[in-house]
This record gives sequence, structure tokens and C-alpha cells, in this order.
Amino acid sequence: MSALTSRSAGRIRGRNGTKATKPDPVVAGVRWLDERLGVAKGGRTLLDKIFPDHWSFLLGEIALYSFVVLIATGIFVSLYFIPSAKELIYHGPYVPLRGSRVSAAFESTVNLSFGVRSGLVIRQMHHWAADVFVGSIAVHMCRIFFTGAFRKPRELNWMIGITLLILALTNGFIGYSLPDDLVSGTGLRIMFSIVLSIPVVGSYLATFLFGGNFPGDGSIIPRLFILHVLVVPLIIFGLLGAHLGLLVRQKHTQFPGHGRTEKNVVGSPMYPTFIAKTTGFLFVTTGVLWALGGLAQINPIWQFGQYEPYKISYAVQPDWYMGWLDGALRIMPPISWTLWGHTIPFVILFPAVLFPGICFNLFYVWPMVEAKVTGDRAEHNLLDRPRDKPRRTAIGVASLTFFFVLFAASSTDVLANYFKVSLNEVLWFFRFAVFVIPSAAGIFAYYLCREMSGVPGIGRRKRAVVITRTAQGEYESVSTAPRPGDEADHEELLPTPVPARIELNGELESVEAAGSGVRRIPRP
Amino acid sequence: MSDGTDVTSGNGAPAGVPITKFDDPHLQPYAKNPRRAEMLIGAILLIGLAGFCAYGGLYWVGGQTQWEAVFGGIGFFAFGFGLSAWGKYLLPQGPFVEDRHDLKSTEPEIEAMAAAIEDRGKMVFRRRGFLGTILGAGAGVMGVVITFPLIRSLGPQPKKTFDTTNWRSGSHVVDLDGRRIHRADLEVGGSLTVFPEGHQGSGVDQTMLIRADTKDITTLPGRDTWGPKGYLAYSKMCTHAGCPVGLYQQVAQQLLCPCHQSLFDVLTGGNPVFGPAPRPLPQLPLEIDSQGFLLAQAGYDQPVGPGFWERS
Repeated sequence: MSALTSRSAGRIRGRNGTKATKPDPVVAGVRWLDERLGVAKGGRTLLDKIFPDHWSFLLGEIALYSFVVLIATGIFVSLYFIPSAKELIYHGPYVPLRGSRVSAAFESTVNLSFGVRSGLVIRQMHHWAADVFVGSIAVHMCRIFFTGAFRKPRELNWMIGITLLILALTNGFIGYSLPDDLVSGTGLRIMFSIVLSIPVVGSYLATFLFGGNFPGDGSIIPRLFILHVLVVPLIIFGLLGAHLGLLVRQKHTQFPGHGRTEKNVVGSPMYPTFIAKTTGFLFVTTGVLWALGGLAQINPIWQFGQYEPYKISYAVQPDWYMGWLDGALRIMPPISWTLWGHTIPFVILFPAVLFPGICFNLFYVWPMVEAKVTGDRAEHNLLDRPRDKPRRTAIGVASLTFFFVLFAASSTDVLANYFKVSLNEVLWFFRFAVFVIPSAAGIFAYYLCREMSGVPGIGRRKRAVVITRTAQGEYESVSTAPRPGDEADHEELLPTPVPARIELNGELESVEAAGSGVRRIPRP
Repeated sequence: MSDGTDVTSGNGAPAGVPITKFDDPHLQPYAKNPRRAEMLIGAILLIGLAGFCAYGGLYWVGGQTQWEAVFGGIGFFAFGFGLSAWGKYLLPQGPFVEDRHDLKSTEPEIEAMAAAIEDRGKMVFRRRGFLGTILGAGAGVMGVVITFPLIRSLGPQPKKTFDTTNWRSGSHVVDLDGRRIHRADLEVGGSLTVFPEGHQGSGVDQTMLIRADTKDITTLPGRDTWGPKGYLAYSKMCTHAGCPVGLYQQVAQQLLCPCHQSLFDVLTGGNPVFGPAPRPLPQLPLEIDSQGFLLAQAGYDQPVGPGFWERS
């Protein structure tokens, strides 16, 4: 204790300018690394990296941190899960299943839930984290789309992001299929039919993957397992690195505003402000997922039971992010062609293979399409307000509504049951709604944007107007003074340099010596 | 450099801007009254600490799912919330400015790189075209053959696996437990999942056996003898995506697939009346032997389940 106090006291003395008895250990550490790796210059720039303060920039962080939680809980879960279709008789702690024939995968998942301390919390946390992961990617993608953050020079990062979305969906579905319960087996059955529907190669691919006609020889579970825990996460990890790497290289976008230009970034520095906030946010995300893991039941496979190919249950819905594809499968009219002795099951092929393929390809090429249509090939570091780009916003709103209607269509049976209407009517409603509602929403969004961008003072805080009555009975209105922080109150102030180092009492280092690019805009 | 009005240079920064200390109080939202923020953040962090301790204690005494979630959740949430609040209220917020530097290279640099690729590429491919051709052909063949072990080794070829089932002429109709079905087993309006004897639980062979009133049945041409005593047998694999067509609606005499809501009419040969299923459910021709047990006259006359390329 006393040794620690004296050492830290010595360091403060050194910083105060008195002769240091020992070299500062931080300086020594940085020097050691720098002499080997040359970290000081770049490292300093990294510490000074500016993160714009806007709540919507949090959405990508939710995705990142749910991925961290996925990895951590996934490692835990994989210690207990047995990826095998081997049949055995259940003798575990869950009484209603005792004596029934289950697969090793199913048994180990139930045992993990009931026989391992904290196992159920962490398993359900893993599932929740997967749902939140895909969800936050989708919402993050909306932010990028509606604010035009995908424009030059960030097209590549947009494409990496789309790939991450596809991989997240894929791995979510694969993980969902692993426990070999009734619901996941039904999902695999449909996936088998989807692969089977591909012309020419479908039946080959399907039997190769599953080791025969469905359900195959049991090899699908270990195969999906290795995809789920190694192959796909590894690709996600690599692409995530590239995603963040490009973000650092190209720097953040920012909303236009006081002192913000195409040529700068305004916000808080990486160290210590942003690090504190974002590390805190990692824990907040973990906390929410942890609470969900124990309080909100998800995927109770012991209630569904072991998958058997002849068993089925009512109200079979996939995880939410597969809902749009399931909805598309449901509302597709029964079209199947037979030509020259060959069948093309268009009723499956279109909604489950071609349609998602078209969607993701449209996502990929969107930045180029928009640049081509608008002729805008300039670099953009300032974000758009969605209302200022009515056409893009309308397309985005229409697409989102489209996917949402498809998602809703994946519960035709539940809706029919709940509202006590015929399933027939619900289905026909969705067959039309899937085109009508998105078009209406898009047109509405377009005119709403046009209206909003024409309103003077939009986006600014309203000012109170005080109406007074004079003694003669006349009324007069006076606007109150703008509140601090309001746009009208701002004047363009020059950016100012920030000190080179965080020091409590020390002298300021010269900006030239530190070579810092970080400066500060004074508050009004 | 510390009098607050120094001129900076070398960073493209405008001249005459003031320099402030990084820990300048007015950069911190709560710096005027830091005690209050400190106390509050301290309290939140303490709640987090207490949550972790409670979780640890609970774990050691045996654990309980919901309380584990509450304690662990509170621990992480409060800990994270406190840390974020520390960052937001007690650390300098700026706003700070960082310049963007052009990522673009100059035009000559771009041209130089393109020229290097092109010129040196010419030395490889144009001048020695035949070598390039062999190299390209080799790479192409390599690309194809390495997919053999990756894909082809995985499983057997489909051959006729999708065209046939284990139902044969004379296959006895049995239930999941292997018990032969007698003609007296089902009442009118009853249904049962059945299999060919020896293949109980098989996915492709699963068949829905329904007993309907003979006078309600509309027999399709060529199927006059297929439903003795009102026993109708349809493949239980949906012709849409292969899910078991498991929900038998007795009143409407319809079979519903719970996956995508395809509806098949039992009395008119398994015809799809609603939903995405493109084909009728294949019907299994039944007969009743001298002891009254049900058996198949023949196998299915067409592939069961979802469509595929080789299906004619």
C-alpha cells in the first residue's frame, strides 16, 4: 500500500516539473512499444479519434456488443452441447421427458438448461442476443440508409454491412436448428425443401448436405454445428474487423450543424470520454440481455419435444428475422411449372431463393444506383436529414413496410385465430396488402418529407410566444428569447485546438509538438 | 503556448484560435457541481457492485433462474450505466474537432499504380500467352476439382430417393407402434398417422389415414377401389414444403399444413383448396385383406412431398 502511494506520488511530482526520481512507467511502456512497433504517432491519433455524439450512432454499437455477448455465451453453451443426432433415452432432471427417445443434441440442450447452474440463463441469453444482434443490424442499416451514410466514400463499408446482415441471419437460423427440437426440425424440413427446389442441382445439393433424403443420416447436426461455431463466426469476425477498420480510416459521418463541415469531425475523443461511454454501453447491453435471458423465456425446447419427421405443432413460426421469408412462402400463389419432364417448384423457388437473392442484391448495389440516378458522385461526410431526401426516404419507408407486411404475413394463422376471421380472407388480404400498403406508405412518406422540408424552422426547438393584454384590451404577442443551444443562438465559431495530453495540473504541451489534429469548438 | 490565444500551425487550423486545457471545467457538463454527479454515479456503480455480489452469492447457494437474471442483469446494467454516466457527465465532452484528411491519392499516383499493374501484367500474360493460358486453365480445373471433396463427398447422390417410398403392393398399414390397422379401428371421422410395416416413424412414408362416410366421397376416375369402407390414405408430406399435413379438420373434411397453411380437401382426392400448395396430396390405394387388416394395393403413383427438378 505504502509502496503504491510513494510510486504514484513520484509520478505526480515528475509531471509537476520537479526532477523525477524514477522514469514515468507509462512513458517507459510507450517507449518500449514504440521502439519495436512505432505506436506513438498512430496511437496518439487513435486516442484523439473523434466520435460524433448522436444517439443513432449507438445502434451499430448494440450490434457489436450483442456479438460480443454471443461469442461469450456461445463459448459457454458449446461446452455442454453435443452436436450429434445419436438416439438415446432421456434420464435427465426434466421429469416429463424421462424415458422418451431423444437425440444427443436435444438431450444435451435440455441438460444445459436444467442441469447446469446458470445454464438456462446463459442459453436463453445466447438466443436473445442472436435476436437482438440481427435486429440491431437491421436498425443500424436503416440509420445508414435514411441518412445517406452509404454514399461515397463508404460504399464498400455498406456492402460489408449487408454481408454481415446475411451472415447474421444465416448463423441465427443455423443455431436455431441445432437443438433438434420439434420447431427447429420443422425449420430444417422447410430448408431442405427450399434447397430441393433449386433447378437442376437442387436434389443433389439437398442429399449431399443432409446425407440422403430428409432427415438424412444424422450428419446435418454436426455439419451445422461446425458452421455455427467456427466457419460463420470467423467470417463475421473478419468482416467486423474490416467494418470497423474502414470506419477508422474513413472517419465517422456526422449530422450537419454548428461548426461541422465536410472536412472535419466534431464530437468527443476516443480516450477517455468515448471509451468510458461505450464500455459502459457494453455492460448495459449485457445487463439487458442477461435480464432477458432469465426473465423472458425463449425457445423452451422441452415443451416442443424431440423432432420427429411425422410430428408437427400448431402456430409454427420461425425466429423473427426469418419471418419475412416465411410470410413470402405463405402468400405465394401456388405456381409450379412442369416443362419437358422437369418440375420447377416456383412456389418455393421464388419466395425462398430468388426473392431474398433479389433483395440482398438490391441492397448491395443501392449506393451505385442512387449515385447513377441522382448523378451525385461527390464525397459525403455530412449526413442527410431524411426529410431532405424525399425520394430516398420514400423508397426506404416503402421497403421497410414491405418487409414488415411480409413479416406479419408469417402469422396468418395466428391473426386469423385472434381476430376470428377466416384464414382464407387473411391470406387474400396479405396477397394484396403486400403491394398496396408499402406503396401507400412510400407515397405518404414522400409527401410528408416534402411538407416537412418546406416548413421554416423545422428541426429547431419551438419558442414560446407570450401574449399579453393591455389595459385598453389590445393583445400583443412577444416571442421569448431563444434557449441556449438553439440553432438561432449559434454563430459559426472557429474550431480551437485541444490540449495534447490529459493532465490535472501540468503545463499544456504545444500543439505543434504533439502534432494533434484535435481541436475544440467553444460552446456558446 | 499556454496563454490561451496562441496561433497554431501545421494542422490546417485557422489562426487566432484559443487553446484550452483538456480538463477545462467548462468542457464538463457537471464540472460546476461535480459532487452531485459523483455521488449519483457512485451510488449507481454501488448498485452494480451489489448486483454482482448478489449474483455470486446466489450462485453459491444453488442458483435460481429468475433471481440470477435479476441480480446479474442489475449488476451489468447499473455498472454500465454508471460508467456511461461518468463518461457523459464528468469527462470532457468538447465538442472537439478533428480534421479529415483526404484519402485520395494524386492523379499521377493513381496512374502510376495502374501503369505498374498493366505493364508488369503484360510481361506475365501478353508476352507469354501460352503460359498464361495454361496457368488459367490449371486454375480453372483446380477450382472445379477442389469442390469435389467439399461438396460431392458430403452425401449420396439422390438417384431415385425422391421418387419412391417404402409403400409396396401388400404393405400392411401400421401405426407408430407397429400395430396393424384393422378395418374396425377407426370410426367415421377418425384419423391416424400410419406407416408401411417395418418403417414406423419414417418421414417419406408417413401417411394420413382418414375414415370418411362413403357417400360423401367424390371418387376420382381410376380410384374407384382405393378407399375401401371409406378409408382414405394420403401422403402426410405437404406438396408445398414437405411439412407434415398434421391438422385434420373433421367438420370441413380438410387437412391443414401448419407450416404455411395449405389446405387439402379429403373427400375430393386430396385436392389443394387453399394456400400455396401446388399439387394434390398423393393418395395411397388401400385394400382390406381377408382378416380385415388394411394394406396397400400398390405404392404411391407419384413422388410424395415438395417439387423438385427431376419430378416429371
